Amino acid sequence: MATIAPERPRSQKLSEGPKPPGRERDRVFRWVTFAAGVLVLVILALIFVSTVAQSWDWFSTRGLSTVFSSRWSPKVYPVGTPKAGQAVPGTGFGAWALIFGTLYTSLVAIILAVPLSVGIALFTTDVGPRWLRNPVGYIIDLLAVVPSVVFGLWGVFVLATPIRNVYQSIADFFAPIPVLNKVFTGNPLLGTSVMTAGLILAIMITPIITSLTREVLATVPIAQKEGALALGATRWEMIRGAVFPHSRSGIVASVMIGLGRAMGETIAVALVIGAAIRVSPALFSPNNTLAAIIAQNFGEAQGIQRSALIGLGVVLFIITLLVNVMARAVLSRGERRLEAGK
Amino acid sequence: MTAPASLLAPRPGTRARHARNRIATLSIWVALILVVVPLVAVIGAVIVKGASSISGSFLTQDINKITNGQKLAAAFAKVAGKQSTQDGIKPAIIGTLLITGLATLLAVPLGVLGGVYLNEYGGRSRFARLLRFLTEVMTGVPSIVMGLFVFSIVVVKTGFSLGWNVSGLAGSLALACLMLPVVIRATEEMLKLVPQELREASYALGARKSKTIVSVVLPAAAGGIVSGALLAVARASGETAPLVFVIGITRTTNTNLFSGGNVALSTEIFRNALSYGSYATARNRAWGEALVLIVIALSFTLLARLVTALFVRRRAA
Amino acid sequence: MQPTASQTDIVESVSIDTPSGVENGIHLEVGNPEIFQRDDAARELVFDIEKLKILYSGVVAVADVDLDIAAREVTAFIGPSGCGKTTVLRSLNRMHDTTPGAVVHGKILYHGEDLYGSRIDAAEVRRRIGMVFQKPNPFPKSIFDNVAYGPKINGKKRKDLDDLVEHALTRAALWDEVKDKLKRSALALSGGQQQRLCIARAIAVEPDVILMDEPCSALDPIATARIEDLMAELKREFTIVIVTHNMQQASRVADRTAFFTAELNDAGKRQGILVEYDSTNKIFTQPSDPRTEGYITGRFG
Repeated sequence: MATIAPERPRSQKLSEGPKPPGRERDRVFRWVTFAAGVLVLVILALIFVSTVAQSWDWFSTRGLSTVFSSRWSPKVYPVGTPKAGQAVPGTGFGAWALIFGTLYTSLVAIILAVPLSVGIALFTTDVGPRWLRNPVGYIIDLLAVVPSVVFGLWGVFVLATPIRNVYQSIADFFAPIPVLNKVFTGNPLLGTSVMTAGLILAIMITPIITSLTREVLATVPIAQKEGALALGATRWEMIRGAVFPHSRSGIVASVMIGLGRAMGETIAVALVIGAAIRVSPALFSPNNTLAAIIAQNFGEAQGIQRSALIGLGVVLFIITLLVNVMARAVLSRGERRLEAGK
Repeated sequence: MTAPASLLAPRPGTRARHARNRIATLSIWVALILVVVPLVAVIGAVIVKGASSISGSFLTQDINKITNGQKLAAAFAKVAGKQSTQDGIKPAIIGTLLITGLATLLAVPLGVLGGVYLNEYGGRSRFARLLRFLTEVMTGVPSIVMGLFVFSIVVVKTGFSLGWNVSGLAGSLALACLMLPVVIRATEEMLKLVPQELREASYALGARKSKTIVSVVLPAAAGGIVSGALLAVARASGETAPLVFVIGITRTTNTNLFSGGNVALSTEIFRNALSYGSYATARNRAWGEALVLIVIALSFTLLARLVTALFVRRRAA
Repeated sequence: MQPTASQTDIVESVSIDTPSGVENGIHLEVGNPEIFQRDDAARELVFDIEKLKILYSGVVAVADVDLDIAAREVTAFIGPSGCGKTTVLRSLNRMHDTTPGAVVHGKILYHGEDLYGSRIDAAEVRRRIGMVFQKPNPFPKSIFDNVAYGPKINGKKRKDLDDLVEHALTRAALWDEVKDKLKRSALALSGGQQQRLCIARAIAVEPDVILMDEPCSALDPIATARIEDLMAELKREFTIVIVTHNMQQASRVADRTAFFTAELNDAGKRQGILVEYDSTNKIFTQPSDPRTEGYITGRFG
């Protein structure tokens, strides 16, 4: 057993003695992590700059009127001809119909997904039997792992054909009702339609809204819930009186983030929406979205058409960016309000 | 005024309140069923239809030219008959694994370092808060936009692009861009859970900050970070939109990510479903590929759960 | 395990260990006030603190602290919660450098050198001035790796680590309990063992001073007694500064005691101040300040 303490340089001055190693490494490491952090900013800036540059031809040809024109009939002169890549006269590259299609399908998806998501989130926090709460959470997370293309595959090969009959019955039911008969109508030749896309999107965005909502609901103080129950409230009254007011802005933000996902979702929609350009409220007719049309047409696109498709990407990027930024704003305002109330 | 018969007797209106409560509870159960049913339907369809496509040769052969539309006439003969024994999806399996693998190698180290910056150096500074916000924003960027971005900066020949042509690498870059913010967020969340006392214990022994982070903080958070990264990998392995026009195509296995076209399970499913959906062979291929893809994505998810479970158990010990 | 038996273990294992060069004279004369005068040549000063003032995000946490701490003594900081005793302790090894928003004013001389001087490396400061924390905080690594961590980062050779670890664990009176399970997780140890492991970890880098921030507040009385015994042994080699809530503990282990309290300052904010600093004996038997007397007799705090 060691019995003598090793010599310690106790008398050596701090400023002169040997320093622990790694002083340089410390500085380098800090800069490396900083660079990795800044990468996010760089990539976001590059996304914007590079896609705008590639779509500049499209923007600059007809300016904003291009974005808000609803005529999309892309024809360009093929490779090998003198005017290769240029637009054939009379061709339209308007984005409006696709912006409409994007907003409409995601609206349908949100309307379907929000009650489901909030319901399941409540199930896992307050309503479900305790032993079932975690398994349900796992199952919903499992949904998030199923690839988009698999949902699309199922939608087009399994769901589309039988659901035509359902659409037909709904359309028949609403036919005599004014206004609504313009919405609940359409011609689902192959079962591909706004509604089919909305259904598939709703399943796909349910996990993200559910998990974000669960996080919000978990922050409701137990004292408030028990307080409500102690006053004789039923569970539903407790949820309405104590849970919802506390988590309203969080739920709104979760829904907006889900909306952003729905608008950007590409492959599943590309397979089930049916690729038609129209500004129409008909739920059961084919339509198209910004993201889907890029995936459908980009492979063969040349010249101005490719530029236009990248331009549609820029439009999509800006819309989703706005939705996400608004979601964060709602969230941080809600947090501030809660903190101020404490 | 007469006294109520019993103090505990229900007051007027109570019956309606309880009815509302029951209706609400019932609706929540219905919501659960409405979501579980499609999930079961999708996974069930993939298993049932996919299993009949899968065979030894399906997993190990190259992709048959015929079903990719080169000689459709020849394919008609096979539509009714049995599937060509030469038809397989090996190039797509290899492509998915390699492209996702390289994306992981790019995104995980950078994402962990970025998360370290946000939590260990940036803290509550204005700049760190901006980066945190941008990371959130970046998780919301649609995957198709990432594909367009990589196309614009790596593949295309005009503008300020690298002009490298389509390749597996371009696909990896797009997936890495999607994974990066997810890994950063997961890392930061996990680092937040590491108790400050551990950092101080290390500082008190003369350790510098970088040493403390590398030797104490990151190992303490490793389980959570690995699990978060695996979930990001699971998600990325199923992505289609960012790959579909940046990796090109091949029918034979291409293990070189840096040159030549490549192929992934997800893009193969998309192509088969979009263009050749009316041909039974293409449809069967798509289901088979979907089953393999789901198995891959699920394995990463299960692995993530396993790591979390082990990590929690070690913590508790 | 029987506490009495293991306490004798400690005494045995450490008493062999006494280095020859230590001036043993000082603690014999505890209670004689003259020996503690600043100009006394027999006292080797480790810290000389003048006009110390520490702020958190612009708010003064503690101010006007003047004290000196001598080598191979146990100095205790006592006082009610919020009086700044831990804040002062953490300024002695520049731990505040790691907390954003903390600012240290005034002068702390360490063996005559300005601890916060521009040429001083904070990592070297912390190697020489070790710290044991309120809650035992072993790394989630093996017992061996916990003790070996410090020597390893300070450039000790891999082949020397076995001896260093054994030596440090022996001096922390933990070796006999853990020698057969060095590869096991440190988190499997009891709270008291974890705290002694943290002391071993601190000793392993051969510090000059050990700062202890309420090291026993999370421990039961038996584990506390063992740590106190250990302190009495460690003081032969190390200078120890301990923050404690427990007045009995201060009176048992400390040679000198500083009493801090919190009072309203000119700005109307609570701020810590040093009230009285003297030999432990004098602080507890004839304090010169009524506030000290009030605290130790339990009238407030």
